[in-house]
Amino acid sequence: MAKQSIQVKVNGTEREATVEPRLLLVHFIRDVLRLTGTHVGCDTTNCGACTVLLDGRAVKSCTMFAVQADGRELMTIEGVALDGQLHPLQEGFKEEHGLQCGFCTPGMIMTSYALLGKNPKPSEEEIRWGISGNLCRCTGYQNIVKAVQYAAAKMAK
Amino acid sequence: MIHKTSSEVGGMGHSVKRKEDLRFIQGRGNYVDDVQLPNMVYGQVVRSPYAHARIKGINTEAATKLKGVLAVITGQDLEKAGLSWMPTLFHDKQMVLATGKVLFQAQEVAFVVAEDRYTAADAAELIEVEYEELPVLVDPHHATDPDAPIIREDRDEKSNHIFHWEVGDKQATDKAINDAPVKIKLSTAFQRCHPAPLETCGCVADFNPATGRLTVWETSQAPHAHRTLFALVAGLSENDIRIISPDIGGGFGNKVPIYPGYVCAVVASITLKRPVKWIETRSENLQSTGFARDYHMTAEIGADRDGKVKALRVGTLADHGAFNAAAQPSKFPAGLFSICTGSYDFQASFCEVDGVYTNKAPGGIAYRCSFRVTEAAYLIERAMDALADELGMDAAELRLKNFIPSDRFPYKSPLGFTYDSGDYKAAMNLALEQAGYKDLLKEQADKRKKGELMGIGISSFTEIVGAGPAHTYDIAGLKMFDSCEIRVHPTGKATARLGTKSQGQGHETTFAQIIAQELGIPVAGITVEEGDTDTAPYGLGTYASRSTPVAGAATAVAARKIRDKAKKIAAHLMEVSEEDLEWEPGKFYVKGAADKAKTIQEIAFAAYTDLPPGLEPGLEAVDYYDPPNLTFPFGTYICVVDIDKGTGEVKVRRFIAVDDCGNIINPMIVEGQIHGGLTEGLGIAFMQEIGYDESGNVQGGTFMDYLVPTAVETPHWETGKTCTPSPHHPLGAKGVGESPNVGSPAAFVNAVVDALSHLGVRNIDMPVTPWKIWRLLKEKGQAG
Amino acid sequence: MIPPSFEYLRPSTIKEAVAMLQKHGDAAKILSGGQSLIPMMKLRLARPEYVIDINRIPGLEYIKEDGGYLAIGGLTREADLEASELVRSRFPIIHDTAGFIADPQVRNMATVGGNLAHGDPANDHPATMLALGAQVVATGPKGTRTISIEDFFLSLFSTALAGDEILTEIRIPLPPGRSGGAYFKLERKVGDFATVGVAAQVTLDDSGICQRAGIGLTNVGGTPIKARKAEDLIRGKPLDAAAIDHAAQIAGQDSEPSSDLRGPADYKKAMVIELTRRALKQAGERARK
Repeated sequence: MAKQSIQVKVNGTEREATVEPRLLLVHFIRDVLRLTGTHVGCDTTNCGACTVLLDGRAVKSCTMFAVQADGRELMTIEGVALDGQLHPLQEGFKEEHGLQCGFCTPGMIMTSYALLGKNPKPSEEEIRWGISGNLCRCTGYQNIVKAVQYAAAKMAK
Repeated sequence: MIHKTSSEVGGMGHSVKRKEDLRFIQGRGNYVDDVQLPNMVYGQVVRSPYAHARIKGINTEAATKLKGVLAVITGQDLEKAGLSWMPTLFHDKQMVLATGKVLFQAQEVAFVVAEDRYTAADAAELIEVEYEELPVLVDPHHATDPDAPIIREDRDEKSNHIFHWEVGDKQATDKAINDAPVKIKLSTAFQRCHPAPLETCGCVADFNPATGRLTVWETSQAPHAHRTLFALVAGLSENDIRIISPDIGGGFGNKVPIYPGYVCAVVASITLKRPVKWIETRSENLQSTGFARDYHMTAEIGADRDGKVKALRVGTLADHGAFNAAAQPSKFPAGLFSICTGSYDFQASFCEVDGVYTNKAPGGIAYRCSFRVTEAAYLIERAMDALADELGMDAAELRLKNFIPSDRFPYKSPLGFTYDSGDYKAAMNLALEQAGYKDLLKEQADKRKKGELMGIGISSFTEIVGAGPAHTYDIAGLKMFDSCEIRVHPTGKATARLGTKSQGQGHETTFAQIIAQELGIPVAGITVEEGDTDTAPYGLGTYASRSTPVAGAATAVAARKIRDKAKKIAAHLMEVSEEDLEWEPGKFYVKGAADKAKTIQEIAFAAYTDLPPGLEPGLEAVDYYDPPNLTFPFGTYICVVDIDKGTGEVKVRRFIAVDDCGNIINPMIVEGQIHGGLTEGLGIAFMQEIGYDESGNVQGGTFMDYLVPTAVETPHWETGKTCTPSPHHPLGAKGVGESPNVGSPAAFVNAVVDALSHLGVRNIDMPVTPWKIWRLLKEKGQAG
Repeated sequence: MIPPSFEYLRPSTIKEAVAMLQKHGDAAKILSGGQSLIPMMKLRLARPEYVIDINRIPGLEYIKEDGGYLAIGGLTREADLEASELVRSRFPIIHDTAGFIADPQVRNMATVGGNLAHGDPANDHPATMLALGAQVVATGPKGTRTISIEDFFLSLFSTALAGDEILTEIRIPLPPGRSGGAYFKLERKVGDFATVGVAAQVTLDDSGICQRAGIGLTNVGGTPIKARKAEDLIRGKPLDAAAIDHAAQIAGQDSEPSSDLRGPADYKKAMVIELTRRALKQAGERARK
């Protein structure tokens, strides 16, 4: 089974690797690129802890092969802060206590990042639907909603 | 007395933003699967597809030959090292890797180690196991039938009965119930569910032959206990074992036990002399690790005609799966279940529990249960509603009538607990007010006339946490104290280490806040560390909401020891006697001359530079705290539901949660805990079950079917609080993490039953699914 | 969690893709959105030796009006379908359906073509396409052919697509005025497959008589079900509560649900009735707007 050469722009930087076709994108990110902020929380595409942005769209990296990302752009949680400055979403999660154990947080932030990109002024309902592909066991979502609202307000200025 | 501190200092009561967040929001947490060591290899467990079967043979040849495979370990291999069985945390043992037979589907049968995860997965598939199926037992009610298959052939007593436990006064209870003019009996099952933290269990075991030391990064809520048990079981020298619990992605009790995967990884690392990483998948997590509940309970209450309760009689059948791996205090086979008299002043009570084995995964104590308090609170709160129904009395009124009055504390319950403090009326009244209870009742009456289904459910729970005093409590022999060691540095900053281990509870912030409260050092200048057994003082870990009651107390006491020494230094610096000094957070000042003062920072510096003669240098203290009692948080929850008659779907319209956990360290963190626990309760009440079919096949063994609520199902939680401090805790704090999971399931179910009670419905077992409601409506001729 | 090994093929044209299918036959699987295929491969239930990734083939993602039809390219992502103003305004039923599929991230990858080609009665689009009387365009070695959606679903996971064909387009006749449709899905939680799903599309004449009716059922049989008898019942009659109720009862009878973790069969049958009622009611309301 032939390995494939892939080139992926990750958080703005071109990365190259030779991978088995079956290598899941999440394992490429975590084990090959050593970006461990993207997490694995399940094995049936339910939890969303593995969410990253592929060409700006939120996808579950556990349900894609790394080879599918060849020639495309990936953004992970490590690429969210701008020049060492926390993104308003990251600030919002901290200010509004939108995290406890932190395991779902990168996925939540990536999904919210894409959500705010498409819908800069989401209602509470839209936020809840928007993050319905991301599970959290700690927060009960209420403060996550507030975190996204915080970011939306800050980004609107 | 609790001084108020400034927000810069951030002591008790301040909603200080969390210090740990910075790394998590940047994806720079360090969870076990993030650990990468040079030369590291990967292990995968091979599991049984059968619930009960003899192992006729295991063929590892093809797996061993696969390129990249380094080792294949079976039960037989472990047997040679005396490790094929290991002790559980509760007077039993469990197989590490199966020998002879398998006892539950997904049981560990072999462990393959390969260069990478993918090869390990391929190798696992190549292991051939020949099984001879045996009859399966999944219904605990049949566990002691004469023809029930005996699951544990290793025990001397060939029976599926594990224990019988009872407490209370049977005679007095029987008489009181017999004589009572009003009696109810409620039988209800609390279904088997699973805590399912978002991060599964796993470890990196690293035996270093160059140093002879074993380091294990582990998803453990109790790293020290694990270290000691590894030493005892594996015959390794405890000083050569280091357990590191790094960042843990949720625990909820799932990460207290020692799992076969950890032991196999350790054995593999010692054998291969390389770091071995084992991370289970979600399916493995749900199907084999510590489950929760599976209690089949009956409550009987005898009461007067005016609703005054007299006696409570409880009988329970506990399904422990194939091994009794419940992690609970050693003298309590049913945990703290005997809190089941709850918030009510029963004259007499008797409670008995029988535990049995079945062909299911082992465990029982988990999922924010406070050692079975979830089951107890569920039972009494459902039974009180049944009594209210029987009497035709309002559910709130019945509770108010029977609450232990606030002037009766400390209160000795008929089942032997001494409740430290409580004011149940106050919490109830606040909840009723916040809910607008009277208006809700009116609305319900109006809706009923129109045939619409609306329910109001109340749960006024009392919890018991903070295990526990050494005279009564231990886990596997280890007393349940906890610890804090604080070191104040010359420049007035501090580092503290504790024997607990946060899995999201915010200890890096809250314990810093306790120290800030006691010493006046700003939270920003205090580093809190947990989880590394090489550096942290011994503790029993974080579960059962014990960190604040026990380690929080240790922290306060250690800080006060430091303050006592600081006073001596301050007296020396100001050339006065200690009796002349007063304290306010951050400084000692001379009585009557407030400008003559020394700050804690100045004192800290002096501790290394200018000491009174005879006083040891440095400014540090450690405290191992043996709590004098448990603590008893409580609350009243009110749930409002609307039911779609056509589909049976329940919508939680409102949920009001009033909690009393005594003095609060960080209100923001407490509120977050409540939100999270209520959401878990929602899942338990309406969606979750680890079921087994008659062949012992797990139903609901992946997130496809073991349902975790999303932000869409989860309602807006309305929280409130009252404050009844614990009289015996140095900070008056009680702990709160589990209260929402303890108190909420009954609120949800009481609401649904209330919505249907006018149709004659008295009980629905969880999970309360739409089809169960539809069936009931159909039965009552009400289906849409 | 870890898929078995396979050879990865990435055609740049449909012709190449079809040739690969011809060459490898049953040993190959098309990778479209991958949101059904990859989970099955991770469970090792699907073990194709060859995976043909068609995501880079240009010209397969579009939503447009084309000669009296709504034409949707097979590779169109569910998220784009959901966001399409054209779809939302002309086919609210499709907008409803797309929004019910899995969750936002999955919808960013999942394709409409894949949702149909997988042949899973639990997928949501089949019922809606049955209700709409859609057509599927299959491209194979001999070119394209059009398959009526009614003839498309053969049995569990089996469709009328030949082994060397790719689903390249879905065509839905643009409905005349006074048409409306709705998709109702009962699910245990957001993101789940349907416990029961019902799609209803109607066209009324000026006096409220139902000219055309399409009713499709999700996850209550071995294939997606076209509730023909129920459709026949309301065709030619005023779409009033009595007619709706009667049709709903018949649709329930036509369903063949199994008992499983989503619910017992009797519940599901009752829910077919209940959801058909609701879907027809809303379809009627939308038609009258």
